Amino acid sequence: MKKVLSNKKVIALFVIPALILFTGLVVVPVVWSFYYSLYSGTPGLNWEFTGLKNYGKLFIDSKFRDALVVTLEYILMTMMGMVILGLLLALIYRFWLKHFKNLVKTITFFPVVLPTVAVGQLFKKIYEIQPYYGLLNSLLAAVGRQDLVQPWIGQQSTALRSLCIMDVWVSLGFYAVIFYGGLLDISDDVIEAAKIDGCNSWQLFSRVLMPLLKPVTITCLVFAFAGTVKMFESAIALTGGGPGSATTSLSMYMYNVAFEYRNYGYGSAVAIVIFLICIVGTQIIKRFDVKESD
Amino acid sequence: MSKRIKSVIRVIIIVAIVVIDAYPIFWLLTSAMKSPTEFTANPSYSLPEGFYYQNFVNAWTRGHMGRYFLNSLFYTVVALLFIILITVPVSFALTKMRWKGREFFSNYFLTGLMVPVATALLPLFQIYSKMGILNTRFCLIITYIAFGLSLSIFLMCGYMRSLSDEILEASVIDGCGIFKMMWYIVVPLMKNGIVTVLVLQFFYKWNDLLFSMTFVSDSKLKTIQTGLLYFTDEFGTKDWGSIFASIAISVLPMLVIYLFLNKKVVEGMTNGAVKG
Repeated sequence: MKKVLSNKKVIALFVIPALILFTGLVVVPVVWSFYYSLYSGTPGLNWEFTGLKNYGKLFIDSKFRDALVVTLEYILMTMMGMVILGLLLALIYRFWLKHFKNLVKTITFFPVVLPTVAVGQLFKKIYEIQPYYGLLNSLLAAVGRQDLVQPWIGQQSTALRSLCIMDVWVSLGFYAVIFYGGLLDISDDVIEAAKIDGCNSWQLFSRVLMPLLKPVTITCLVFAFAGTVKMFESAIALTGGGPGSATTSLSMYMYNVAFEYRNYGYGSAVAIVIFLICIVGTQIIKRFDVKESD
Repeated sequence: MSKRIKSVIRVIIIVAIVVIDAYPIFWLLTSAMKSPTEFTANPSYSLPEGFYYQNFVNAWTRGHMGRYFLNSLFYTVVALLFIILITVPVSFALTKMRWKGREFFSNYFLTGLMVPVATALLPLFQIYSKMGILNTRFCLIITYIAFGLSLSIFLMCGYMRSLSDEILEASVIDGCGIFKMMWYIVVPLMKNGIVTVLVLQFFYKWNDLLFSMTFVSDSKLKTIQTGLLYFTDEFGTKDWGSIFASIAISVLPMLVIYLFLNKKVVEGMTNGAVKG
């Protein structure tokens, strides 16, 4: 047994393909990004070592600042929307639904599996105002609220929010299922005991359920953060970053800088910022967990 | 409040949630059946008058959705095949085999869970461009495999840990070598894990936009997601019916998989998060 399981050649055979692919295509490029970010221009053309200049440029680049603000706003709104509404939906599964629980869960989870581009295109039509009213505007017009009919994704003031709503719609069922799993781990006895002790619904939620759901909540936050920080696909599909730069995220800005302005060095600096936000944000969320359980 | 009113309110809220989740998809499928005149004559929410299948014909032929669909299917299936071929042995080595670097390499592969794809994009583009493999099926598939590894290994290791050592021992005593053991013992017992990884990765790969729009510009090689994006940009404002049909085509595989495997899908997708 031992001999079979510690055969070095077999281990090498099992591990090396994954190691090569993962190192070559994931780890090396990330490290390479750091190196790129110290240069400016396009490799092979006007490639020139400029040290930390790219990072200095970030501070005075108003487009970068706009993209950063958009990304942070998007993360905050979408993350909160997903997690809070997901939790509410899970509570509904747990306490309100008796007969059609599986059916409702199946339906509410379905948007999760839809391709992002398809959802983006679909919502583009839902929010549409020209040449015909889309679903939302036509419904508003039908109930007599012509005053609310507007180009939802065609104007600065509502574009980002419309995008957030779409992404919350997509992921809601996902977080609800995770929270529901957490709720199922809380035994009925605990809930019964709290009720006998005179807890009302709100107290039951805030004093009993929430503390017990904390690990699940952290998981959801980490996952929602990782999912929103990259902000690319859904925005490309729905708004293409517009109008103006109202929905242009850091990832999209990076993409534009690199592939449209051909400045790979500066694009890489933006990529590194995304990387740092991702790492720092995740650590901050995880910190919450440690502090309170001490 | 009396109990009755309370329960009525509950039902209303639940129905509202279901409608909000399901109605846009219903609207998509019904709109794909509408003829061009219906879009001008009737409000958007109205039901189709018949099945105007020309929309699907347009999407499939003029919009090349057929080709994109097959491309995506090909990339996804090949990538999944390799992901499993690579992931199962690695996870076995990381959980059940005895060697020094086990801990280190487990953590090493896990770091991939934290990497935002965007950070690797520009160097990858340069690497592929220097190697002259941009605009090939190969570069897309190999990228899909590499970026699917971390999560797959992580999930598979979780399943491997529950594999009992006694069974492995018994198989060795019965004369199994390591490869026989992998094929006849480990793989059948890991069926659950393999299906979970397959389902999860299928959704991720089918969904990919960033890699395919960056690495492939040849319209013969485009995936369904990039194809959909460009098709709708081109016909977006005029031909709504075809747009809806093409969206419906890209959604269809998901719908089918979800209808048949919805427990597995839900489990697979949420397991990935919970165990992380």
